[in-house]
Parts: sequence; structure tokens; C-alpha cells
Amino acid sequence: MSEKKYSKQHEWVSTEGDIATVGITKHAAELLGDIVFVELPDKGKNFEKEGQAGVVESTKAASDIYTPITGEITETNQSIVDDPSIVNKDPEGASWFFKIKIKNKSELNELMNKADYEKFAKENQN
Amino acid sequence: MGVQKTALYDFHKNLGAKFVPFAGYEMPIQYKDGIVKEHIDTRQSAGFFDVSHMGQLFVSGEKSLEESLEKIIPLDFKEIKKNQSKYSFLINDKGGIIDDLIITRIEGGFNIILNAACKDNDIKEIAKCLSPENKHELRKDLSLIALQGPKSESILESIVDGVKKLKFMNGDYFQFEGKKVYITRSGYTGEDGFEISIPNTNAESFTKLLSDKGAKPIGLGARDTLRLEAGLCLYGHELNQDINPVQANLKWAISKRRREEGGFNGWDKIKKDLQNGVSKIRVGIKPSGRIIAREGTKIFSSEGNEIGIITSGTFGPSVNSPVSMGYIKRNFSEINKKIFLEVRGKKHDAVVSKLPFYKKNYVK
Repeated sequence: MSEKKYSKQHEWVSTEGDIATVGITKHAAELLGDIVFVELPDKGKNFEKEGQAGVVESTKAASDIYTPITGEITETNQSIVDDPSIVNKDPEGASWFFKIKIKNKSELNELMNKADYEKFAKENQN
Repeated sequence: MGVQKTALYDFHKNLGAKFVPFAGYEMPIQYKDGIVKEHIDTRQSAGFFDVSHMGQLFVSGEKSLEESLEKIIPLDFKEIKKNQSKYSFLINDKGGIIDDLIITRIEGGFNIILNAACKDNDIKEIAKCLSPENKHELRKDLSLIALQGPKSESILESIVDGVKKLKFMNGDYFQFEGKKVYITRSGYTGEDGFEISIPNTNAESFTKLLSDKGAKPIGLGARDTLRLEAGLCLYGHELNQDINPVQANLKWAISKRRREEGGFNGWDKIKKDLQNGVSKIRVGIKPSGRIIAREGTKIFSSEGNEIGIITSGTFGPSVNSPVSMGYIKRNFSEINKKIFLEVRGKKHDAVVSKLPFYKKNYVK
């Protein structure tokens, strides 16, 4: 798998061939607090970049999940729907949200690397 | 006026609190462990809550005091014994709820605990009813700390001798660091617990002792999930100036004599609703899956008609399912009635549920 890339909506992306795996960052999971509900996109559905592809809810509020990549959903992670607390326990590992078939590889270049994202997250705290 | 802070602000900060503005105060929403852990700690052990933003109003005076208060509070004041607490409301001319409150008879008058966001207006409304010889004072010199959960009694007894004798919805004066503190056995979580009214100067040393004895700090986030599981109303959500106690399914909080004789603000309207029944009523609602129906979610019948609205909703960590409360047309309000909730454009199965969602353990 490639080095992780990050979006301004606090998603992470890792790629293998033309498939991107997407989840939410540790920073986002901490901001949301205890996650108690996850809604994932339907397999086979197509999304434009920054389209709303899911929902996470903490005890406090609901937040939309956006796909940082245009393409078709190939797989979703049912285990985080069954036990949403996995998102807090392992946000950038076991709790990937969905896999998407990349339509346009150049979109990956628009995402941040880890150092830039960490700087971005720090500057945009609250 | 700017944002206000309670006497415990620095103490919360040192415990790693995340703050939010609430009713003009900077209040902890959660601490390091997060809302779910705080919720479970309260149910399984004990948690303390800083609720000093709430108003502690002392009203005192001559015989006319009770008569005056009965105009705006639908309780039978003759029935309230010394050191006994009652849940009630301030009622407006239309029968709507200006605020909900706990009132306790003490030597020389009554202590009234008011919601933070309502307290300034409440005091104006109460003052309007009082005769000139009656006095009222907002006790800004006092903090209010709640201790809730099954270990509350043993923790508090080890700090303040004698509290274990208190029964639910009763209070008394006790001593702490040579100061008088007033403690009631009450709370807002569905657990056994106490509320301690204590001078600001002693609030931090007292709370530190609670912490040293094992009680965990609990923020407003878990306070909300706890009260929702316990089926308790939150002003501004289930209750407001356009909702009366009968609609709120709280007619038990109007004393028997007052339900028969009236004589309080909005009686005409409330009398009608008591006799004829209400067109909409507060109920508990349990979504069938894990979907959370929050405030503002529309409720539909199986025929697709809109029949109500959700006023509070979250995920209940102890019942391990989503829980909501809302108002629904009376003919749909029976327990287990199948209804639908519209969340993000999709309709989801739910049922009308009995309240509370979580069974309480009060010491009677």
C-alpha cells in the first residue's frame, strides 16, 4: 500500500493499484468523541470527489463523511457499522470506511501528506 | 456581561475538561475519558457534576409567601414538609412552562433551583407574584455540585457525616470545613445521588475530596445521555413556554388539590386539557436499529402522515441503543405503537416506548 494521503475534510486515503481505501483521521475521531453510529455508502454507487458518502455520529452530533476521490464504491467495512467504537480505537487502521475505484488518479496529488495534514489540523483546531 | 465561570473552572481545567459555552457560562462538556465512559462510570460507580450555573433562589417571608407562590407554581404548599423537595414548574398565563424547578422548604422559606438559561427571567416572574414583605435572593455565593451513582452514599458519608439518613427528595443542613452546607438526595440521572449547595470558597476543596474518594468528573455531555435514558425533561427541548404540564406528561407534578381547585396561572387551559385530554403528548421513542433521531426529526404514521416531532435524541450507552423523546398526536401515543422517523431523507422504523428507558434505583 502507498503512503497515506489526507483531505481537508479529515479523511485519510491509502491506495493499492486503482483502489483507494478511505477512513477518518485520528484527529477527526478525537474531535467527534465517542462514535456510536456509522452509515456507509452502498456498494456499486458512484461518487464525485467531495460527495457525501457516509455519516458518523457521536453522542453529541452527526457529521457527514465525504469521499476525497471520484469513483465507484467497491467494498464497505461492515464491522464499524456493527461496532462503531472501533472508529475511536483504531481510526487509521481497522476502521477503514470504504474502498473506491479511482476514476482520476490526478486527484491524489491534490491531497496532503502526513506532515502537511498535521500542520493543517493544528491550525484549524476548533 | 461576558462569559461567566463557576468557582470550579480552574479545577475542571486541571482535570482536562473540554469547555463549551452554555447559558452564558463556560462549562465542561466532557473530560479526558469521554462521554460514554463518564456515563458508564456514573451508572456503575459515582460521578460528580458542577451545576453551579443553575440558579439557587432563596425566597422568604410571611404567611402570604405560600399563597403568592401558588399563583405561579402548581404545588400544594401546605403539603410540603420542612426539608422536603418537590419537582414543579413556573406557569405562564397560557398554562405554558416558564421553567421547571426543584423547590425545597427550609427554615424561613424555600430554596428554588432554576435552570441557568431561564433564571434571570424566572426571578422577574416570581418577583411579580410576591408581596412587598416577601424577599428573594439569588445565592451567587453558593456553588451547586451533584454527586450521582450507586457509590454516592458511601463516598459522601465519608466526607459529610450523616448524609446516609436522607431519603429521596429530602434534604438537610450539614457541616463541611466548619461551614453550613445544604444537601438534598436528588438528581438528574436516574441514579441515587445528592446535590450539595456549598459556599463558593469551599467548593473546590469539597470537590477534590469527592475526586480523591473515587468519584469521576462528569460533563454536560454525559449529563444529557444520563437524563435522556432516565426519561427526564430538559428545558428548551421537551419543555417551553408553549407546552403545558399535561402535554409534557407531567401532570403528576401538579399537586392533587391544585388539579382540582386550580387557582394558578393558565388554569383555564390546563383544566380543559385535564378534562378532555391533550391533542399531543410527550412520549419516549426507540428507533429499531442504531439510527439516532435527534431534535427536530419528524415522526410519521404507517400511513405516511406527519404525527409529531423529536425534542431530544442520542445514543444511550447503558441501554445500548438509540433513545429519543418527542411529542406525538395522542392517538399514536400508546406503548409499542409502530411509527417512522425521517432521518437524512429516509424513513426508519421506531416504536413508542415506555419511560424511563433505564430503570432507576432511588432510596425511598
